Amino acid sequence: MSPDFLIALTMLTNFTLVATSRVNKAIQLAVFQGILMGLIPLAMGLGKHTHILLLALVAIAVKGGFIPYLFRRALRQVKIRREVDPYVGYTVSLMLCAAGTGLSLVLAHALPLKAGTTPTFLVPAALATLFTGFLLLVSRRTALTQVVGYLVLENGIYLFGLLLVEEMPVLVETGILLDLFVGVFVMGIVINHIHMTFDSTDTGFLAELKD
Amino acid sequence: MALLLILLPLLAAALAVFIKVPVIRVRVLPVTALVHLGLLLVVLRGWRELPLNAWLGLDALGGWVLLVISVLFTICALYAPSYLALRPDRDHRVFTVCLLAFLGLASLLCLARHPGVAWVALETMTLTTAPLIYFNHNRHSVEATWKYLVLGSVGIALALLGTLFVAYAAHMGNLEEPLHYTRLMAEGERLSRPWLRAGFVLTLVGYGTKMGLAPLHSWKPDAYGETPGIVGALLAGGVTSCAFLALLRIYGVVAAAGEGAFARELFLGFGILSMAWALVFMVGQLDFKRLLAYSSVEHMGILVFGIGIGGLAARFALFHLAANALVKSVLFLSAGNIHRSYASKQLPQVTGAIRRTPVSAGLFFLGFLAITGLPPFAPFISEFNIASAALTLGHPLAGTLFLLLLGGIFLTMSDTVMQVVFGVPSPQRVRTPYKDTFATTAPLVVAMVLALGLGLHLPAPLRAMLEAASQTIEGGPPATTVKAVEVPRGLALTEVRP
Repeated sequence: MSPDFLIALTMLTNFTLVATSRVNKAIQLAVFQGILMGLIPLAMGLGKHTHILLLALVAIAVKGGFIPYLFRRALRQVKIRREVDPYVGYTVSLMLCAAGTGLSLVLAHALPLKAGTTPTFLVPAALATLFTGFLLLVSRRTALTQVVGYLVLENGIYLFGLLLVEEMPVLVETGILLDLFVGVFVMGIVINHIHMTFDSTDTGFLAELKD
Repeated sequence: MALLLILLPLLAAALAVFIKVPVIRVRVLPVTALVHLGLLLVVLRGWRELPLNAWLGLDALGGWVLLVISVLFTICALYAPSYLALRPDRDHRVFTVCLLAFLGLASLLCLARHPGVAWVALETMTLTTAPLIYFNHNRHSVEATWKYLVLGSVGIALALLGTLFVAYAAHMGNLEEPLHYTRLMAEGERLSRPWLRAGFVLTLVGYGTKMGLAPLHSWKPDAYGETPGIVGALLAGGVTSCAFLALLRIYGVVAAAGEGAFARELFLGFGILSMAWALVFMVGQLDFKRLLAYSSVEHMGILVFGIGIGGLAARFALFHLAANALVKSVLFLSAGNIHRSYASKQLPQVTGAIRRTPVSAGLFFLGFLAITGLPPFAPFISEFNIASAALTLGHPLAGTLFLLLLGGIFLTMSDTVMQVVFGVPSPQRVRTPYKDTFATTAPLVVAMVLALGLGLHLPAPLRAMLEAASQTIEGGPPATTVKAVEVPRGLALTEVRP
C-alpha cells in the first residue's frame, strides 16, 4: 500500500468523524485511524529501522487494542449511545472540517520541506487531523466524544512526527506514546467520576463554575 | 548526584503508596521536601560546570527555577500534615503520592537539557496534578478537574507540535539529534526561519495554556477555586513556573537564532492582555480563591511582559518568578485557613476574618500588600524594575499601560480583600472548630519572611545565578562557557533599596 493512500484514508476518516452522531461509531473511527497511524510508517518503508518498527507495533497495540478496551469499559458503564445536541451541528462541523483541511493545505504550502521528503502530503494531513481533533473537542458535549477528539488531535501530531521519526531518539517517541496512553486512562477515570456525580457524561452539566 | 533530585521524590511517592498509617504517610512529605532542598543546595554549587552534551543537569536557569519550586514545596509540605489533619473525612493516599510525584517531575523538567524530555516531564506533571484538583470529590471539583485535564492536554499537545516544528527547523538546517538546548542555541543561524517562527507560536500557545495566560486561562479560576489552598499554591507557584521555564527554553533558541524581536512582541501582547483580563474579572469578585486565581493570571502576564521588554526586565522577570511563588504560597495557604474557619470562600459569608483567625487573616492581608507591589516586599523590586526598564528601553506606551494596570489591580483587589479581612462580621457566618495553630501558620510566616528578605537583599551567589540565567534566556552564551559572572554595579539586582 502506498503511504499516500493511507494518508488520504486518514483525512477521509476526519470527515466521517465530525459527521457521525453515534458515540460508538466515533470510537470505532478513532480506533481505525489509530491503526492507520501504525501502518503509515511501515508503508513509508521505515520498517527497516528496528526502533521505528517497534514504535509502529506499539502504536497499533495501544491505539488499536488498549484504548478501544478502555472505551468499551467506559461505554458499558455509562450506557450512552448518541451525541445529542452538540454545540456545533453536524453539517456545520463538516463544513468547518472542510475549511480547516483547505486552510491546512495553504499553511503547509507556506512551510518549506526538506528536499527529497516523501510523502509531501504529510504536513497538510497532520494539520488537518489536528484541526479535526480540536473541532471535536470544542463542539461536542459528551465527555467520551471529547476524548475521541483528543485522540484525533494526538494522531495529527503523530503524523507530523513521522517526518522526523528517523532522527528522533527512542526516548521521545516512547514518551509520547506513554503519555497518550496514560492521558486517556486518566480521562477515563474522570469520565467515570463525572458519571457517578451527575449520572450522565454530558459535559454541559459541567458549567456551574463561572464568573 | 543531580539524578537523585528526580529519583528521591519519586521513590518517596512509591513508598507513600505502601504506608498504611495516614499519620506516618503524611510525614513523608516534609522529610522528602527538606532532603530535596538540602540536596539541591549542594548540587547547585556546580551549575557552572554543566557538560554541553548532558541529557540532564542543572544550569543557572533550571537551577533558579528548581530552587524556587523546592522552597515553595517545602513550605507547602511543612503545612500539609496539619492541613490534612483537618480533613479526616478524606483519604489522602493519592493526594500525598501525587504531591511527591509532582516534585520529582518538576526536578526532571528543570534538569532536562532536551526539549523532548522537558515536554514529557510537563505532560506527566499535568496528569499527576489532576487528582490533586479532584481532592474534594464533589460536583465542582469534577468540573474543575475535567476542564483542567482537557485544556491542559490540548495545550500540551500544541506545545509538542511546536517542539516538533523546532526540531524540523533544525532538520532543515542539517542538524540531527541529539538536539540539546545548548546545541540548538549554538547552531542558531542554521535553523529554518519559517519553521522556527511557527514552532515558537505553537509552544507559546501551548505552554501559555499551562501557564494560564489570557485568553487561555479559563481552567485557572475553576481549578484554583475548587482545590485546597495547598494545591493552589503549588499550581500558582510551581506548575506555572515549570511551564514558563519550558517556554523560556524555546525562546532562548529563538533568540539565539536572531528571531528574538518577533518573539518579544508576542510576549508583550500576551502580557498586557493577561493583566487587563485579570483586572476585568477581579472587579466585584466575591470568591476570594478565584480572586487569587485571577491574580495568578496577572502575574503570569507580568512574567512574560518582563521577558518581552528584555534586558534588565528579563532578569527581574526571573526574580519575579521567586517573588510571586513565595507570596502566592502565603496567600493561598492563608486563604485555605480562612476557608476552613468559615466553611465558605464567598464574600457575604466571610467578612472580618481578622477577629476569628487573626494570624491567617493578617498574613492574607500582608500577602495582598506584597503581591500588589508595596515596598519593601520582593514583588515590589521586580515590578518596579520591570516598569522602569520598559520606560527606559523604548517601550513608553507598554510601560505606562503596565503601571496603570498594576494600579487598577491594586484598587480592585483591595475592595474584596479589605472586606474579607476587616469587614463587619456577617450574620450568616457559620461556626467551625478551626482555630489558627502554630502548625497551620508557621510555614506561612517563613514564606512571608523570605519574601521580605528577598526584597531587602539578594545574596551574591543567587545574583550571579540570575545574571547567567537571564543571559541563557536571551540566547546569550550558554551557562557552561560563563566562567565567573561579574555583575556590573549599575545593573546590580538591588538597585532599588528601600
